Amino acid sequence: MRFILDGRHERYRRFRSLWRGFARHCNRLSSPNTRDLNQGRYFLGNMISQFFVLSQRGDNIVFRDYRGDVQKGSAEIFFRKVKFWKEDGETEAPPVFNVDGVNYFHVKVVGLLFVATTRANVSPSLVLELLQRIARVTKDYLGILNEDSIRKNFVLVYELLDEVIDFGYVQTTSTEVLKSSVFNEPIMVDSAHMPPLGPAALFMQGNKRMPGTAVTKSVVANEPGDGTIQMKSYLSGNPEIRLALNEDLNIGRGGRSVYDYGGSSGSGAVILDDCNFHESVHLDSFDVDRTLTLVPPDGEFPVMNYRMTQEYKPPFRINTLIEEAGSLKAEVILKIRAEFPQNITANTVVVQMPLPTYTSRVSFELEPGAVGQMTDFKEPNKKLEWGLKKIVGGSEHTLRAKLTFSHESHGNITKEAGPVSMTFTIPMYNCSRLQVKYLQIAKKSKTYNPYRWVRYVTQANSYVARI
Amino acid sequence: MAPPAQSQRSPSPSQPSGKGEVSDLKMQLRQLAGSRAPGTDDSKRDLFKKVISYMTVGIDVSSVFSEMVMCSATSDIVLKKMCYLYVGNYAKYNPDLALLTINFLQRDCKDEDPMIRGLALRSLCSLRVPNLVEYLVGPLGAGLKDGNSYVRMVAAVGVLKLYHISASTCLDADFPALLKHLMLNDPDAQVVANCLSALQEIWGLEASTSEEAVREREALISKPIIYFLLNRIKEFSEWAQCTILELVSKYAPPDTNEIFDIMNLLEDRLQHANGAVVLATIKLFLQLTLSMTDVHQQVYERIKAPLLTLVSSGSPEQSYAVLSHLHLLVMRAPMLFASDYKHFYCQYNEPFYVKKLKLEMLTAVANESNTYEIVTELCEYAANVDIPIARESIRAVGKIALQQYDVNAIVDRLLQFLEMEKDYVTAETLVLVKDLLRKYPQWSHDCIAVIGNISSNNVQEPKAKAALIWMLGEYAQDMQDAPYALEGLIEDWEDETSPEVRLHLLTAVMKCFFRRPPETQKALGAALAAGLADMHQDVHDRALFYYRLLQHSVSVANSVVNPVKQAVSVFADTQSSEIKDRIFDEFNSLSVLYQKPSFMFTDKEHQGPYAFSEELGHLSIGAEPAAAAAAATDVDHIQANDGDLLLTTTEKEESRAYDNNYSLSQLSAQQPTSTIDDIFGLGIGLSVAPPPPPPSLQLNAKPVLDPATFQQKWRQLPVAVSQEGSISPQGVAALTSSLEPLLRHMQAHHINCIASGGKSPNFKFFFFAQKASDSSNFLVECIINSSTCKAQIKIKADDQTASQPFFTLFQSALSNFGIIAS
Repeated sequence: MRFILDGRHERYRRFRSLWRGFARHCNRLSSPNTRDLNQGRYFLGNMISQFFVLSQRGDNIVFRDYRGDVQKGSAEIFFRKVKFWKEDGETEAPPVFNVDGVNYFHVKVVGLLFVATTRANVSPSLVLELLQRIARVTKDYLGILNEDSIRKNFVLVYELLDEVIDFGYVQTTSTEVLKSSVFNEPIMVDSAHMPPLGPAALFMQGNKRMPGTAVTKSVVANEPGDGTIQMKSYLSGNPEIRLALNEDLNIGRGGRSVYDYGGSSGSGAVILDDCNFHESVHLDSFDVDRTLTLVPPDGEFPVMNYRMTQEYKPPFRINTLIEEAGSLKAEVILKIRAEFPQNITANTVVVQMPLPTYTSRVSFELEPGAVGQMTDFKEPNKKLEWGLKKIVGGSEHTLRAKLTFSHESHGNITKEAGPVSMTFTIPMYNCSRLQVKYLQIAKKSKTYNPYRWVRYVTQANSYVARI
Repeated sequence: MAPPAQSQRSPSPSQPSGKGEVSDLKMQLRQLAGSRAPGTDDSKRDLFKKVISYMTVGIDVSSVFSEMVMCSATSDIVLKKMCYLYVGNYAKYNPDLALLTINFLQRDCKDEDPMIRGLALRSLCSLRVPNLVEYLVGPLGAGLKDGNSYVRMVAAVGVLKLYHISASTCLDADFPALLKHLMLNDPDAQVVANCLSALQEIWGLEASTSEEAVREREALISKPIIYFLLNRIKEFSEWAQCTILELVSKYAPPDTNEIFDIMNLLEDRLQHANGAVVLATIKLFLQLTLSMTDVHQQVYERIKAPLLTLVSSGSPEQSYAVLSHLHLLVMRAPMLFASDYKHFYCQYNEPFYVKKLKLEMLTAVANESNTYEIVTELCEYAANVDIPIARESIRAVGKIALQQYDVNAIVDRLLQFLEMEKDYVTAETLVLVKDLLRKYPQWSHDCIAVIGNISSNNVQEPKAKAALIWMLGEYAQDMQDAPYALEGLIEDWEDETSPEVRLHLLTAVMKCFFRRPPETQKALGAALAAGLADMHQDVHDRALFYYRLLQHSVSVANSVVNPVKQAVSVFADTQSSEIKDRIFDEFNSLSVLYQKPSFMFTDKEHQGPYAFSEELGHLSIGAEPAAAAAAATDVDHIQANDGDLLLTTTEKEESRAYDNNYSLSQLSAQQPTSTIDDIFGLGIGLSVAPPPPPPSLQLNAKPVLDPATFQQKWRQLPVAVSQEGSISPQGVAALTSSLEPLLRHMQAHHINCIASGGKSPNFKFFFFAQKASDSSNFLVECIINSSTCKAQIKIKADDQTASQPFFTLFQSALSNFGIIAS
């Protein structure tokens, strides 16, 4: 029956399309030019109507109407829609949706909602990218991005918004260009630290994100992963910078599938599946000696995003044991072993594990002498959380959790718990072997010696061990 | 200057709370307005900030308008900016006040500082007050010729703003020509980009009414302009590059060398970190190579890596937009991404909307070589604690199974799901197993063994329950407990809230009865009794139908309920290829995300000024679902056809009473050959009796009907006649060159055209005519297909009885077209 209904919709859609074509014609019967029937599809431009920032509670922090063709109450309509989203069984609103002909785009940044509306059929990537970029530019100006800093500086934010977008069309999102036309001084909120612009500084960070999933049983995983070379520059005078990467860097696998390379990993070359670059990057000599030249804009930006498939040793091994102890009790034992060298330390490790929904109480037992560890049972979503401030390479940590159930479990507890997920950061641990060989500032000013700072970080946002 | 009258009243009835503060502000501003003391600017700044903060939170501060304007005489640029912001916000709704600002804005437009000139010009154009447009022309003209690029940049967009306030003023001042000149000559890339955006919008909107605009719009995609822009592409900002790439994608290069030149030039745009630039480039490449199959394939190969990088490098929101496009491409070339399936594995902390798309991708790329691994991964998600994703994953496994890869293993997995004993997993799985059995009846043995063990008490969701009941009925002979399980369900009839489940229950118990009569007899009686007493119309009707069917003939009932079924080979695709192609044409737009072409979600305003037809489009939709619903019900009935005896004596008597009313059913009973038709004949036969021969019809020679009335009537009236007509090939030949002759021809028959349109081979017309006697109207929708020489005719009429003769008349007039000169 479902399929018949769908068939009906289809007929109706086609019907509408005919109507439209026809409609066009009726206004211009005198000149039946069939070409014009397509003009509704003619692209008018990538323009937005309104931009606004909402707090988590739905308050308007900033609201700018550029074209006046979307009703004033749009922020409220948007917020209600997002808050009570229920469509196709989804509980979370997608970043783009349409209500009564108005398209709403939003991205979440530090708990704030950056929203754009338009009635036109625009490029969604463009608008979503724009929203991210507005957030980044605002952060560059305010030093820190949160509700408080925006509220304190809303006049500055309006000033920025006026220069970034005119009548819905993007003018520029470059902090550099904006500098010449933005005059308000930022008001600092307490926690904000503007980097001093005097003695120039240049920060580089190579982020390697861990691949999506890791299965405990296999020691060597072979999964696609990705990373970023991030740069934060506060160099005055905007000098050109040269950045050299591994000379044996290869990009692409020459049409071969990324999965069917056999022993190629033994050759030692760093192979990226693909990468892209920030618009300030010139690649003129990249093909010759793997150097990038760029005039870095002020502030923070990704110089390069890359993707690679490689064999690697997962930095952690996770072992989980669940034992039933009577009908209303069970014990979970979590063991984490750091498989990286001892001179390296992982930070801000958080281990999470969903427990059976009928878990009512959990008592934790840490290993004797444990420091910087915390445990919690998140009652509302029935999750066990174990935080470790740091884990030294080669060490092993254990957590025992005693669960009490509100009613008897029927069936297998292991199927109702897990998987164990883990987030962590490992500074100075570069599991991709992609390196910044050197960093050169072309026109060095004699008056100062800029501070240069390069570090590598391995991050995992989605490191999962299945039970 | 006297303060405007408005400020005397309450500033806004909706915001009484801010009233006191606002009048305070007003006082303070007035004090500062004339002051030239040092430090004034700082105090002004503080006050202005307050005003704007009130404005942001929604307090109406329009009452301080005149004070703000008075305070704007300053050289402080921050103050000016705040003042402009304020003015821009309130001018539209207070046109009288806006007039106050013109003076100082015009003065600022001549300021020495280019920044102030630019800002003032921007504010001036943003007032959105129609009666002030005369003040815009001068400053805009000067702005376009300003020596500073910032001012020219603002002026270019200003022209567009003026166009939206008053198109005629903008066109009369010949601004578009100036913009075009500027676009081709300005050294500043952003000025060029703004000119292009403005021209695109102006000519795009004008094109509906002016031939010149159409030509100008075409000129934008002429070779010289395209090459001019492409050669400078790297000078433009990433955002302007998107605009240019979008424009170039409309350009059709005359030869392949040009295509390769363009692609080689833009190749490096694929490595841009901004996803919008990459997608715009991809769109261009795909469009350019549409007619070159080999190269098109190469383009797919080339764009794969950048797309995958974009998916993993951006925010989840950006991944979502890119994944939607990937999904579209995967549907067109599934093999291409088959080896990259691991990129579509879900990460546990991704938002639902990304995961869902990834699951769809996994379903789409599954083939012989990767199905095992994909299904293994999906099964992990199915066991996940994230319930919505678990459900989606199970559906994905089912979809892959229906694609015929590795069905054997998948059926095993599905059956394992049932053993997980999680309610939602069981529910989703049951629905899938049902669909699978419809396609692969050969698996029934394995499935039924497991399904038989499921207690219906553990299944609560209507869809799942219906699926289980369907299987109980369909495989009653293989499931030991089927009659008893059904009996149990019938006992709970009263508690069953879903009519869908009750309908299935009726049908299942009928099926079961024919297979195992002695065991089911009692249950069937109970089900029919409960069904006849049911409040839901469909349930009641189906029960009654079965009852009569059984009464009529058991064997017929059996053949209706348990016909020999053919396995479903392909489940209907939900989208036509036409729609899919439309979406593909609109690559890199919202159409891809919504999975519908733009005409289905953009409103008329942004489609051009065609309100009338758009409305009509809505009306006719109303009629369509009704017809389709009728069709759906028919099918329902066909599926539902089951029959059997076992009626108690009282029931028999009861039915005898009905017999008199339904003599037709007796008639049909004597022709047992085409069962279903006859059974339908019984109910519907009466209503389709031909109407009495109508009196001959005279049409009014000069009918009058305005479009609005037509529209309204089209909405209100039901379709009286919907039939196919024909048109002579000569007529069709005449049509393809111009629609006019047909319109004149029909007019000669007193049938007037109110609107027409279309493109070979489909033409669409709306006609109307009036009866001479009582001036009641006939409305006609006629779709002519020139390749088949057929016409689809739909007639609506004020006087329903006259619609048939009108159809005859219409059809004869139409078929004459082209043969008899009119």
